[in-house]
Amino acid sequence: MDFSSLNPVAMIVLLIGAATPILLAAIGELVVEKSGVLNLGVEGMMIIGAVTGFIAATTFDSPMMGLLGGAVGGALVSMTFGFLTQYLLSNQVATGLALTLFGLGLAALMGSAYNGIRPPRMPRLEVEGLSDLPIVGKLLFSHDPVIYLSLALVLAVWWFLNRSRAGLVLRACGENHEAAHSLGYNVQLIRFGAIMFGGACAGLGGAYVSLVRVPQWTEGMTAGVGWIALAIVVFASWKPWRVILGAYMFGGITILQLSLQALGISISGAYLSMTPYIVTIVVLVIMSADRKRASLNAPACLGRSFHASH
Amino acid sequence: MGTLLEIGGLSKSYPGVKANDDISFVIQEGEIHALLGENGAGKSTLVKMIYGLVKPDSGTMVLRGEAYTPAKPIVARKSGVSMVFQHFSLFEALTVAENITLGMDDAPNRKELSQKIRTVSEDYGLPLDPDRLIGDMSVGERQRVEIIRCLLQNPRLLIMDEPTSVLTPQEVDTLFSTLRKLSADGVAILYISHKLDEILALCDHATILRMGKVVDTCTPKDETAKSLAEMMIGGELEIHAQTEFTPGEVALSISGLSLASKDPFGTSLKDISLNLRKGEILGIGGVAGNGQDELLAALSGEAKVEAGMLKIADKPIGQLGPNERRSRGLLTAPEERLGHAAAPMMSLSQNAFLTGRIRKHLSPGGVVNSRKTNAFARDIVKQFDVRTPGIHVAAKALSGGNLQKFVIGREILQEPSVLVVNQPTWGVDAAAAAFIRQALRQLAARGAAVIVISQDLDELMEMSDTFAVLSEGRLSKPQPSEGLTIEEIGLMMGGDLEGAAHV
Repeated sequence: MDFSSLNPVAMIVLLIGAATPILLAAIGELVVEKSGVLNLGVEGMMIIGAVTGFIAATTFDSPMMGLLGGAVGGALVSMTFGFLTQYLLSNQVATGLALTLFGLGLAALMGSAYNGIRPPRMPRLEVEGLSDLPIVGKLLFSHDPVIYLSLALVLAVWWFLNRSRAGLVLRACGENHEAAHSLGYNVQLIRFGAIMFGGACAGLGGAYVSLVRVPQWTEGMTAGVGWIALAIVVFASWKPWRVILGAYMFGGITILQLSLQALGISISGAYLSMTPYIVTIVVLVIMSADRKRASLNAPACLGRSFHASH
Repeated sequence: MGTLLEIGGLSKSYPGVKANDDISFVIQEGEIHALLGENGAGKSTLVKMIYGLVKPDSGTMVLRGEAYTPAKPIVARKSGVSMVFQHFSLFEALTVAENITLGMDDAPNRKELSQKIRTVSEDYGLPLDPDRLIGDMSVGERQRVEIIRCLLQNPRLLIMDEPTSVLTPQEVDTLFSTLRKLSADGVAILYISHKLDEILALCDHATILRMGKVVDTCTPKDETAKSLAEMMIGGELEIHAQTEFTPGEVALSISGLSLASKDPFGTSLKDISLNLRKGEILGIGGVAGNGQDELLAALSGEAKVEAGMLKIADKPIGQLGPNERRSRGLLTAPEERLGHAAAPMMSLSQNAFLTGRIRKHLSPGGVVNSRKTNAFARDIVKQFDVRTPGIHVAAKALSGGNLQKFVIGREILQEPSVLVVNQPTWGVDAAAAAFIRQALRQLAARGAAVIVISQDLDELMEMSDTFAVLSEGRLSKPQPSEGLTIEEIGLMMGGDLEGAAHV
């Protein structure tokens, strides 16, 4: 076997790229779940973000407009979920699943004219001197801006949830919506805001897939990344830092799978594609085996509809 | 002292009920004013209007000479009106300081707030550690958090909704001295309760509500518990005599029962042993959260334990599920009426089927026999005076007291050999509560063994033959309830299980 094609530095760079869409979607979903809403439509919001981002980028010939377009697209489609679940009190699980199916269909329709087009290239950050350093330069200083943005976003979310008053109110809605309401907080509005933030993050993650990772538009191109992001929020037990850990771990598995294929190890591709999902399931089982720990961190009102009774 | 709040002709209707009808009364600065009434008399609606949670249909409120129309609780708090809820509005996974911040409109930074919590809580004799998680605290301590949260905003009027229903006698004393101190500092307190002795001990004035109307006002000092009760109920109070207790053979034996709690904030049961005899009513007291829910789960079969830990007629049943236990005569009625004891969206007849299926043979050959099921449900409604338009009505449409009568009646009519009830009269008005207690006593007189888990000590003293306390998952040795004093029980509830046992 020829292991020389397995360059660790190159693999880590690839890993970070593979992990970033998961990370973006997961950190958004974490905020949504912290507010007490379970939005299973991450996959749908991502694919919408992928197509709207792609359209915006090619229309304005600007990758930055593409990212913006993806975030706006994701946020807009999440608003339908927010309106249905928060104001019409529809079931969150069913509505989330519907959102995924709706997103996949709508994205295919919107993107039909964009098959086979290449989007404008996302520039990489080049720091004079630093980026040319051996190993360190490649590992730390030569990524595209979205990767730095995604890490900054995790930091910002952590600060928001644990240090700011607004974040405390958001967590309070997720812990006990009745109590939050009786203290005079507008639970529905806060949750609606969280859902939109989650939609924007998922959309951004989707745009990253269609503009940087692949880069082109094909139907169903997010290929289940949204589901992994959902699993990672649980895996991270609703802690922002662990979301990074989870996303990078799953990114690593994806890359390892590709590398093994490149090495020509004769495992059927189907098994390799399965691995991230199997690991997700195994991790979830291990996590929830200790019921005390898992339930301690889960927002107590997760997935429950709130309706002010007076 | 001047007038603080003047309420004039407040009315509020909900579809089908007039919750408040032309209510007027006056609260003076610094007085402790009782609002007395049975469940459903309209107390909660009234205070929700004062606190800005509910908008009145008509009527006026004048606070210190100015028109007062709070649209939201935040406006009420700004005007100096605070409220401590019966069901606390606290967040279990957050700390004391975080909880208090959430309830304040202009919260200072963390350090300052922690300092303030320490000083204010110690000033009023309710010490609190700002960094503790609410989930780790007892109910009494949680109530402190609510009170301190209110006090930090310098209220002029503090509304307290049934504050003692979850406290030990000692905690009640602490609370009362805090309230008296507040009153001496000029804070008026609107004290809602249906416990008459508390109102006699604490309050300067009382306004009595019945069916949404003010029916009387009085000065509690000049009244007796009996006269207050009659004003509240609007009729003569019937007092039932205790039936004679002649213990029979052992009906249920518990030996070394231990069970780890599934709830991260729950209490695990530790080595509980007792023998329950036929005809005996065992009262189990203790502050909520000391293992009551876990004990009920272990007895009902929702949580399985080692086979030998529970025995009925000398046969181990620890590994059996609820249905198998039911067929052996062990029935339970949990505390949570909606969602645990009854399925909210299902009709009374369906709910009757759910627990009565086995003992009443309601589904021979796996097919629901609706005629028999309906007859059983109608029987419960009739014998237990459940006020409902019919047995087709969803359980959640019934008022708390009526649903409770239904739930208890459903189990009693199955003629259990052992019945376990948790909080049988929680939130139930006096007449319905008396009815439920009487029914349980009659069941015991017919030879069944009954375990009553409750936080209402008066109730336990009134109806139980033997008494034990559940404290941090341990059960004290059951002893005859006659002759026990409230002080002894209070010590047992505080965890001193041995100290009181050899009195």
